[in-house]
Amino acid sequence: MSSKLITPLIAGTIFGAGLTIGGMTDPARVRGFLDIFGAWDPTLAFVMGGAVIVMAVAWGIVPRMVEPLFAEKFHIPDRTDLTPSLIGGSALFGIGWGIAGLCPGPGIAALVIEPAKAAAFVASMFAGMLILRLFERN
Amino acid sequence: MTIPGFPDAAPLAGLIGGILIGVSAAIMLLGMGRIAGVSGIFAKATGVGGSGMSRGGAWAFVLGLPLGALIVALVTGGVEAQFAGFAPIVVAGVLVGIGTRLGSGCTSGHGVCGVSRLSARSIVATATFMAAGIVTVAVMNAMGMEVLK
Repeated sequence: MSSKLITPLIAGTIFGAGLTIGGMTDPARVRGFLDIFGAWDPTLAFVMGGAVIVMAVAWGIVPRMVEPLFAEKFHIPDRTDLTPSLIGGSALFGIGWGIAGLCPGPGIAALVIEPAKAAAFVASMFAGMLILRLFERN
Repeated sequence: MTIPGFPDAAPLAGLIGGILIGVSAAIMLLGMGRIAGVSGIFAKATGVGGSGMSRGGAWAFVLGLPLGALIVALVTGGVEAQFAGFAPIVVAGVLVGIGTRLGSGCTSGHGVCGVSRLSARSIVATATFMAAGIVTVAVMNAMGMEVLK
């Protein structure tokens, strides 16, 4: 297997392990973080803080590299426009996140923790993406 | 380790988990030159859109997520999780699917990768989905809707 497959497999595995150790595969913990007017659970802030600190270091390394270790070039988003779809889409995502306490990463990782319900989430997330794709084509 | 006033919080486990997520995103960035945005990578893997990343690479990352969760569950002897019922999960899933494509990212791509490089779009997106999630949970609580079984 090539480094182009092994690298994302290792990254995905570490990501899934991190989500699980951090409690993010438990929707009760995620909804607890969003419940700032109730029994607030700040755990998610530690998860996000830890990840952001490591990534801030990684972003500092990028300008010192000519190219990525196992790919030809960097593909970094360069858009800066704040659009209605960015804000509207993020709001819809946030509503869904609040309803079930699941976002894409934990939903997929939880396939081995709560298989039937995680599969229902992943399938409906795929359906939502498909609906938007079909809608955008017309 | 606990925080005074927040007996249910797990700050140390959260921090360790977060550092691992950051290491994973750093591997994707420095190794593959790509943003570790799960919604975009999932869209690429399933063929509904996403980045220019190879489809094989996208599937490798997606399959790694439950693999990592499985390893943690096996090592620790089980992972606690309290899920909502099927109806709210399906409604939430559709909203998450539409919203993350329309908004070009989710908690990982915007919240971790974008915020850490101070991208204005990602900071606005993260503030928006956090606010929407907070309002959603507050409204549901006010209406007495308990979704977690």
